[in-house]
Amino acid sequence: MARDKIEVQNFNFYYGDFQALIDLNFAIQKNRVTALIGPSGCGKSTFLRSINRMNDTIKNTRTVGKILLDGKNIYDEDVDVTNLRQQVGMVFQRPNPFPQSILDNVAFGPRVLGMTSKNDLGDIVQESLEGAGLWNEVKHRLSDPALDLNPGQQQRLCIARAIAVKPDVILMDEPCSALDPIATLHIEDLMRELAKDYTIVIVTHNMQQAARASHFTGFFWLGRMVEFGKTGDLFAAPQQELTEAYITGRRG
Amino acid sequence: MSRQQAQKVVVAIITAVAALVVIPIILVIAFIVIQGIGAISWEFLTTMPRNGMREGGIMPAILGTVLLTFGTFIACIPLAIGTAIYLAEYAGENRLTRWVRLAIVNLAGIPSIVYGLFGLGAFVLFMKLGTSIIAGSLTLGIMTLPVVISTAEEAILAVPQRFRVVSLSLGATRWQTIRHQVLPHALPGILTGVILGLSRAAGETAPLLFTVAAFYLPDLPASLFDQTMALPYHLYVISTQVPDMPVSIQYGTALVLLLFVLSLTLVAAIVRTRMRRRREW
Repeated sequence: MARDKIEVQNFNFYYGDFQALIDLNFAIQKNRVTALIGPSGCGKSTFLRSINRMNDTIKNTRTVGKILLDGKNIYDEDVDVTNLRQQVGMVFQRPNPFPQSILDNVAFGPRVLGMTSKNDLGDIVQESLEGAGLWNEVKHRLSDPALDLNPGQQQRLCIARAIAVKPDVILMDEPCSALDPIATLHIEDLMRELAKDYTIVIVTHNMQQAARASHFTGFFWLGRMVEFGKTGDLFAAPQQELTEAYITGRRG
Repeated sequence: MSRQQAQKVVVAIITAVAALVVIPIILVIAFIVIQGIGAISWEFLTTMPRNGMREGGIMPAILGTVLLTFGTFIACIPLAIGTAIYLAEYAGENRLTRWVRLAIVNLAGIPSIVYGLFGLGAFVLFMKLGTSIIAGSLTLGIMTLPVVISTAEEAILAVPQRFRVVSLSLGATRWQTIRHQVLPHALPGILTGVILGLSRAAGETAPLLFTVAAFYLPDLPASLFDQTMALPYHLYVISTQVPDMPVSIQYGTALVLLLFVLSLTLVAAIVRTRMRRRREW
């Protein structure tokens, strides 16, 4: 049942002359949570932004190698990057709702993709907010400003906004680093729930979070993938010395 | 003197200097209001001049300035905002961008009388538009470009980058991102620039001299290809060219021009605060 959603093949990434990702080869399974851990600057966020090609917006970058999404290389010439980003959603480090109403935040994606019917938009807003576990808290005040919500709610709103365009994959770039422990647990529960419908890739600094919330974990070090495997295995019996040093806190 | 005393003295001096800045504007407004208020009447605002402009109203000049301001808006705004969007959102480090920026800096530095001569050469004579509202509007429009471009570009650049990133990450195109996230947030700033630019244009005299303004016209303009009277030029004419001109009419005209320009600025301020209230970040 489990199969590869994303295959990374000999993937390299450069900022100008600096090589940030070196020869990555691994696969991310469908409907699983995959956590990427590693120290700051090791390339895990760069890799995450390579999957929806957000790095394209940074000048002077280039890639070598392939990232296959459902078997299709997303760096092929004929790939429409706006379609790719609709398929591969993203949740950012800091909650970043638009300074608009809760409803307009969630409806933004469907609207730019061409949905105009009020009923359809209303349905998708409710569905997405339910999916993000926020519906019951906001259903009576959908027209309130999104910035009136607390940070944990704002981050769940951003998740709702991301799933409103019906992606297959959701990328999360340290989604809990600006949240308190309660809100963090809330998001982690939500990730397990979302994995039933989506493939989730999360970058995190927090190893407990990776251990708690993910099925697979990859350990990045200086632009390389040192070790990749089932989360339980990787934390219980790391194959590489570097991994063990890092997860036990002796390196990093 | 101890450093604590020095601190107090410096604060007192810079506060006083800042307060001085307020004095000229109050004096100018007070002076013109006191001298001109007596001339203001319904008749003054709504009738044609009579008796060699020494009596009657200034309606054709008011109408002319309103028309020219509107014409400037049409001529300048699409060009200016398009340029600002290009510079803020699309411009790369290339030769075109450098040329555009150089052009804007230089446009801002050209004296207004030179714009008048340019308008005469380019629009009145070469394009055969004649001395007309359309030639005057185009001249004022070009003169207003740099102000509006610069403020609009700043307003666009001030929109936080994260809104663009999020919008793109949801599958929006560049243009959808600009249209639905960037421009709405930048609008208060852009509007301020537009209105400030227009209020400057409304008060200009020199660009009108050879392109549109008439000394005196017995009739209102019938089309955009007609000349018109305009407040700033009318003020110049009745202050320097007409003997035995009642002073109250001069100051009354100045007061009307001042109110027109100030009300534009006031509109800008109101629009901006109302929009800001809706979009805080």
